[in-house]
Amino acid sequence: MAKVMLEVKELTTKYITRFQENIYAVDHVSLKVEEGKSLGIAGESGCGKSTLALSLMGYYFPPLHYTSGEIIIDGRNISGMEPDDVRKSILGKEIAYIPQSAMNALNPTQKIIHFIEDVIHAHESHVTKKEIYERARKLFEILGLPESTLQKYPVELSGGMKQRTVIAISVLLSPKVLIADEPSSALDVTTQKMVIKMLRDLMEKKLIKSMIFITHELPLLYNVTDDIMVMYAGQIVEKGTAEQVVFDSIHPYARGLMGSIIVPEQGLRDVKLTAIPGVPPNLKNPPAGCQFAERCQYVRPECKAMSVNLRELKGGRAYRCILSEEELREAYQNG
Amino acid sequence: MAEERKVCLRGSKLTKVFGLGRQKTVAVDHVDFSFYEGEIVSIVGESGSGKTTLAKMLLGLLNPTEGEVYFQGKKRDIGTHKKKKEYWKNIQAIFQDPFSSYNIFHKIDSVLLDCINMRGGRKFSHTKKVEMMTEACGFVNLKFEELTNKYPFELSGGQMQRLMIARIFLLKPKILLADEPTSMIDACSRATILDMLMQLRKEIGMTIIFITHDIGLAYYVSDSVYIMEHGKFVESGTADEVILHPQEAYTQRLINDVPKIYEEWDLSTV
Amino acid sequence: MKHIIQQVFHSGKFIVGFVILAAVLLIVIVYPLLIKDAPLAIIGQGTFFPPGTYVNAYDSLGSPKYILNLEHAAAKRIASKLSDDDRLAMQEWLVAAGIPENEIDISNTEQLLRQWENHYDPQTNIAGMTNAKRNYYIRLNASLKGLLSTEGAIIAVKNADTGALEETGDVVAQSDYVNIGQVANVRRLPLGTDNFGRDVLTELVAATRVSLQIGFVAGIVATLIGLTLGLLSGYIGGLVDDGIMFITNLFTVIPSFVLLILISFSIGQEKRGAVTVAVVIGFTSWVWTARAVRAQVISLRNRDHVNLSKLSGHSLVYIIFADILPYVASYVVMALILQISSGILAEAGLSILGLGPKTTEVPTLGLMMNWAMIYQAPVLGKWWAYLPVLVTIALITFSMNLMNTGLDQVFNPALRD
Repeated sequence: MAKVMLEVKELTTKYITRFQENIYAVDHVSLKVEEGKSLGIAGESGCGKSTLALSLMGYYFPPLHYTSGEIIIDGRNISGMEPDDVRKSILGKEIAYIPQSAMNALNPTQKIIHFIEDVIHAHESHVTKKEIYERARKLFEILGLPESTLQKYPVELSGGMKQRTVIAISVLLSPKVLIADEPSSALDVTTQKMVIKMLRDLMEKKLIKSMIFITHELPLLYNVTDDIMVMYAGQIVEKGTAEQVVFDSIHPYARGLMGSIIVPEQGLRDVKLTAIPGVPPNLKNPPAGCQFAERCQYVRPECKAMSVNLRELKGGRAYRCILSEEELREAYQNG
Repeated sequence: MAEERKVCLRGSKLTKVFGLGRQKTVAVDHVDFSFYEGEIVSIVGESGSGKTTLAKMLLGLLNPTEGEVYFQGKKRDIGTHKKKKEYWKNIQAIFQDPFSSYNIFHKIDSVLLDCINMRGGRKFSHTKKVEMMTEACGFVNLKFEELTNKYPFELSGGQMQRLMIARIFLLKPKILLADEPTSMIDACSRATILDMLMQLRKEIGMTIIFITHDIGLAYYVSDSVYIMEHGKFVESGTADEVILHPQEAYTQRLINDVPKIYEEWDLSTV
Repeated sequence: MKHIIQQVFHSGKFIVGFVILAAVLLIVIVYPLLIKDAPLAIIGQGTFFPPGTYVNAYDSLGSPKYILNLEHAAAKRIASKLSDDDRLAMQEWLVAAGIPENEIDISNTEQLLRQWENHYDPQTNIAGMTNAKRNYYIRLNASLKGLLSTEGAIIAVKNADTGALEETGDVVAQSDYVNIGQVANVRRLPLGTDNFGRDVLTELVAATRVSLQIGFVAGIVATLIGLTLGLLSGYIGGLVDDGIMFITNLFTVIPSFVLLILISFSIGQEKRGAVTVAVVIGFTSWVWTARAVRAQVISLRNRDHVNLSKLSGHSLVYIIFADILPYVASYVVMALILQISSGILAEAGLSILGLGPKTTEVPTLGLMMNWAMIYQAPVLGKWWAYLPVLVTIALITFSMNLMNTGLDQVFNPALRD
């Protein structure tokens, strides 16, 4: 069995607003990523997927607060560590994070090589500039980025190039986990494809050991990751392999989400897109019971009364519903 | 069958140039098109292709540098505010970002009241107006009683966009220009918005022009598709022709670059 | 709207600023109601009377007397009479007479007097002492004798016919006290008088009022000009924009203070009232408001809600007032507050140069500074003539800047801490 790179047990984090309200944006989330595997997290805006990305790093700053749970990176428990220690010894080295707007995070007055020097010097002193350059050159060569990029300023690069450069910089120290939060959603399809290809390359060439990819674009997720997790209102509602979740989802919400996929392929025009009425619950005062009950087509009276646990199936599949798999499938068959 | 269709909006050599001298950029470059009555047209392009500039010219919000727009066979004349107002009774728009489509200082009612006024309903009694607004909200599955006296920021993005459709329902224009109407909306609500637009088209028989970067969406909704690159239409035709059997290299690349589900997504062609 | 105001009053900075400004305004409004003196009435003959309570000496003689036996009364009396110069002179004489310098403590009045009594002899000749100096010591000695005497003072009145002094029979003993409440004429001057002998406090209150008026008028004029030009230039664009920006750039390049000086000078002393100066200040300081409003309007102009408003057939005027103005309103309010405070400062600057409003009629904070400067109050150490003015100016501008920062934090959530 492959080594587990990242294991998260019952992680709960919350935002505390200015009015001292608690918003639990990540609610008892457990996940496991093995070496060489990638995990996708899907969900609509506001479902807590970006908060989960921030929480996974163990680096909390207000208004985000750690509540409970454990984060274990390659056998090392980092929950409860001081933010400063996390920044020094975990970020970049163990976990690398690429936010959506990463390409705008580059200081426009510095050359690319300068950022690389910064990153390496922060973790390894006594490395000469020449060695760093050589390392950067090799990495860029592997990733198919032109060497000349190193001597350029961020403004001289196109959006896609900038994003790929940022990704290259973030994997300099061969992190064990790469968390990519919507790394391509601000880009055109062509550059998006380049970024996706690069992420796949990173995995194939073992520059990173595992990856968590967060996006609301399901076709993308399907093409990038091995496993997919669907989040709703801060909770995991479905977990499984990409194939299973996309083509054979169990949870009504996941099913609705998959039914709304639009891809330019033959037969699309004959498909009726699924629509889920209503809006996600307000996390300031979440409803009792199932968070999805309000919008669910197959809702039963008891859904709103009792809290619903994640049901684990074999092969790592799981879904959060009071109905059994058979009951749900039967309901889908009958429309 | 093609002979029976009437051209609703036609453009000839439509051009928009921004800036002067060395800073000159041609956003839209001598495009010709004919949109037929009752059909759904998609204009697909990447960012910077000039599709939004073209949309604004069609709406009469920007003056073309060159070329003409013909509306229902006649040359469009929007020289004065009055003529513009007349034109806007026939062509309306839904914009990409519902959050910036509303004046946050005005109550929701005022958006709908504007539409009633525009259709000559200024003198209607209050009850009649409320009746009309309730009907429009009902069409998009919203309850007017719950919305009245509320401010836009109290609604969700999906609700805001639905209210925009209610606005179109009241205005009943000949042409609706929808500029990425679903790109800021969650996938689950997207189908609702699209369904409502289709239903509205059936009801009042309008032409819908979709402006989008999402080639999948264009394929799903439209009868004919125009692919735009650098201010020019590189390919056009029926949706099946263009998407399933693209002729131009640019279109082929565009389709290739979109992630697929049932077919293999070829990552080697980057 | 209500929500925004609520939020504004949740900001600590805004509240502090608002309270200070409100307090200043309250004083400015209430003080003249209670004390009806003309602010520029000259009440004192002479310059820079120090702060304190002034008791009429003549009236206090006629007031009922109370005998109080208070300790150290004599010592205090002598101590307050002996100036530092006198003490130094005494020390000088004593040293010359052969007393070791370290034994003399000039701050210890009692010891100094004892040493003086024991050693002073008018006959002693000290080498190098001028006659005038000798006479000074004789006078000093005589006045010390008078101070040391325990007798009361006899009051005599001049006979109108003969010119001879006639005793009234009244003797003012050293232990006699009068009650201030029973003295007919008492004047409190909490901040003393200025160089012309005018009550500084009354003057300061009046000046603050006029300065605030100037600030408000200047701020409103500047904001109105800036807002109008910014809106037109930003929304209409094209040639209008080019034209307005040309003028704006012109005003930006010429330092506004220089322009202000030139305009004030050319208006002439006679026509320069407070309102005129305010308008002139406003007219030279609209540039940044115009630029900022223009920049905001340009970004608003392309917002979808403006496009939608156009598509709904609204007119240009309606769009500017309903769809653009409310969005820039919060910024304009903040700019207005800053313009008011900088208007007050500009007036002070102008007045210090002698180009402020016409004198004699109205005091302004700047004019008070100007007078204090001309009569060298800072050099003479007459702090009450300029320090309260400075503090007032600082307080007003500080409170307004604080309000501005508070508003900024409410309207720009990114700045919240």
